[in-house]
Amino acid sequence: MAIEISPQTVPVSPPSTFLEVRDLKVHFPTEDGLVKSVDGVSFSLEHGKTLGIVGESGSGKSVTSLALLGLHKGTRAKVSGEIWLDGDELVALDEREMRPLRGNKVSMIFQDPLSALHPFFTVGAQIAEAYRVHHKVSKKEANVRAVDMLKRVGIPQPERRAKSYPHEFSGGMRQRAMIAMSLVCDPQLLIADEPTTALDVTVQAQILDLIRDLQEEFGSAVIIITHDLGVVAEIADDILVMYGGRRIEYGSVREVLKAPEHPYTWGLLQSMPHLGGDVNERLNPIPGSPPSLINLPSGCAFNPRCAFKGQVPDGRCMSERPELLPVLDSDRHIAACHLSGESKIEIRKAAK
Amino acid sequence: MTRYLIRRLLSAFTIILMVSLVTFLIFFAVPSNPAVLACGKACNPGRILEIKHSLGLDKSLFTQYFEFLKGIFAGRTIGDGPLAVQCPAPCLGISFHDDSNVFDTLMNRLPADISLAAGAAVAFLITGVGLGILAAVRKGKLVDKLAVGLAMVGISLPIYFLALVLQYAFVDKWQLLPTPNYSPITQGFGQWFQGLLLPWASLTIGFLAYYTRLTRSSMLETLGEDFIRTARAKGLGQRTLVFKHALRAAITPIVTIFGMDFATLVGGSAVITESVFGIPGIGQLAVQAVENVDLPVIMATTLFAAVAVVLANVVVDVVYGIIDPRVRLA
Repeated sequence: MAIEISPQTVPVSPPSTFLEVRDLKVHFPTEDGLVKSVDGVSFSLEHGKTLGIVGESGSGKSVTSLALLGLHKGTRAKVSGEIWLDGDELVALDEREMRPLRGNKVSMIFQDPLSALHPFFTVGAQIAEAYRVHHKVSKKEANVRAVDMLKRVGIPQPERRAKSYPHEFSGGMRQRAMIAMSLVCDPQLLIADEPTTALDVTVQAQILDLIRDLQEEFGSAVIIITHDLGVVAEIADDILVMYGGRRIEYGSVREVLKAPEHPYTWGLLQSMPHLGGDVNERLNPIPGSPPSLINLPSGCAFNPRCAFKGQVPDGRCMSERPELLPVLDSDRHIAACHLSGESKIEIRKAAK
Repeated sequence: MTRYLIRRLLSAFTIILMVSLVTFLIFFAVPSNPAVLACGKACNPGRILEIKHSLGLDKSLFTQYFEFLKGIFAGRTIGDGPLAVQCPAPCLGISFHDDSNVFDTLMNRLPADISLAAGAAVAFLITGVGLGILAAVRKGKLVDKLAVGLAMVGISLPIYFLALVLQYAFVDKWQLLPTPNYSPITQGFGQWFQGLLLPWASLTIGFLAYYTRLTRSSMLETLGEDFIRTARAKGLGQRTLVFKHALRAAITPIVTIFGMDFATLVGGSAVITESVFGIPGIGQLAVQAVENVDLPVIMATTLFAAVAVVLANVVVDVVYGIIDPRVRLA
């Protein structure tokens, strides 16, 4: 139970891990009520490791990553909890103190590079700008660096392409340019928010390879946000499954994907086609839709969509919020589900 | 780019030709007789015919229109016999009202006209866009509410009222300024500036409101764009974010509106301000021409306004191409 940290931990101490997020909450007050986009998320990450954050739209993945960059500062969002990066706590920093870290120590690859890159500036200028914010160099040196970065991410004719505008790039090239921009200051933490969602499958694989190669080269810690478990399986060391702004399952990729503990994770896995699967077999989508973040269902937030809630006695799924508990015989695997270990084993057997 | 410009200018020429034709036809469709007006009190049918002949109104419409066009490019002789007047190209005719050369009148009025329009345009563009940016960046704060409130007041005040209030306050009541009196810039910058200060101010207050609102909404939209989030994620400071990244993208709708506003101001839409402060601009000229049923001057002022609007549109398009690389001028 050491992983779950209560919000009352007053004597805050810098952890030894490179990145440690403790009980992160991002709440948006709206006219309809408080939207709890992220509600008590904790995880940690070491240099050179990759964490995959998985969940549906609205599960709080992107909001979590924006909090790591402090991009909620100055908005109406209320952020609480702790984000420890290399011994510094980021939630308490103000905008001015956060700025030197952004794009420098922590940087982000955004989902849709066409809208995330400025349409009126050349790609080279945008990369050079990102470098010059944090380095006292001349424009010329920054441009050389930008061209160098474009070359590193595999863009042919980088000198010429640096002078092109984002709309003149293809989708894959644009994402490479975006990656070049986020890596230009050698960040120690790289957050990739659905970096491959807008791309076709072959380009997707190239981009993932690229991120992995660059990670090896720079030794950065990487957080990859996706709804695609295939991507996570390929690239991540750890996996965090989010639902309704909360963690529901967290552990190493090997443990979680081999023996997922939460019916939601099963659902995610079953709704994905398998290469070796039967062509005639229908995919099993998760019924229903993501919950309202203002009024989460009582008990387990997943209960309205869960096919197994009948197997838990006394209707606990509807009345009692399941705690994140360590999974038996596992290293760091935790999950929040009322189902007993025996019933899970049976259900998993039946599914196979 | 050059090819684009040539094509645009050719189409501009066609538009201006159409405007001239329509103005011409409307003039003759209106039941008024300039010859009768020019005839005065001691009038008889013979005299009217004479005047008609001397003004060229006895010829067919087609001939008159053709003569008018020919005058612009090649010049022409107006009237015949001992009363004939040479009108060199570009000839816009001779005023029915006071026999002056219309092109010369237009050129005489141009400096005052452009002084008023350009000065006011610079002032309301800078203040309006500035206030709009401030309001957008401080959205919901006091500055924003003040700017939006001020904008509301400015939009609600009719310009003739505003001009008179300014005149009363600064000249009559507080006596901070002498009675505004236009003097050309060639006769000294100080006097020119002083004479135009109140006219500029009244136009600026009228337009400022509009530009503040336009800039505010355009900036707010841009500040919500993904590329602004990316810029913040790069660690850029607020100033670079607002002035380099956001303003650059937010300025395009402002450029369009500004082009049109400036063109119509030059084209004579500042007529009320001109009248209140006695500035000999082109708006006043146009209004007088209509009152006097003075066809050549009506044609000239209408064409001038049309040229201003059409040219402004071409300039706006070119500026668009410079601001937004996605716009290809071809």
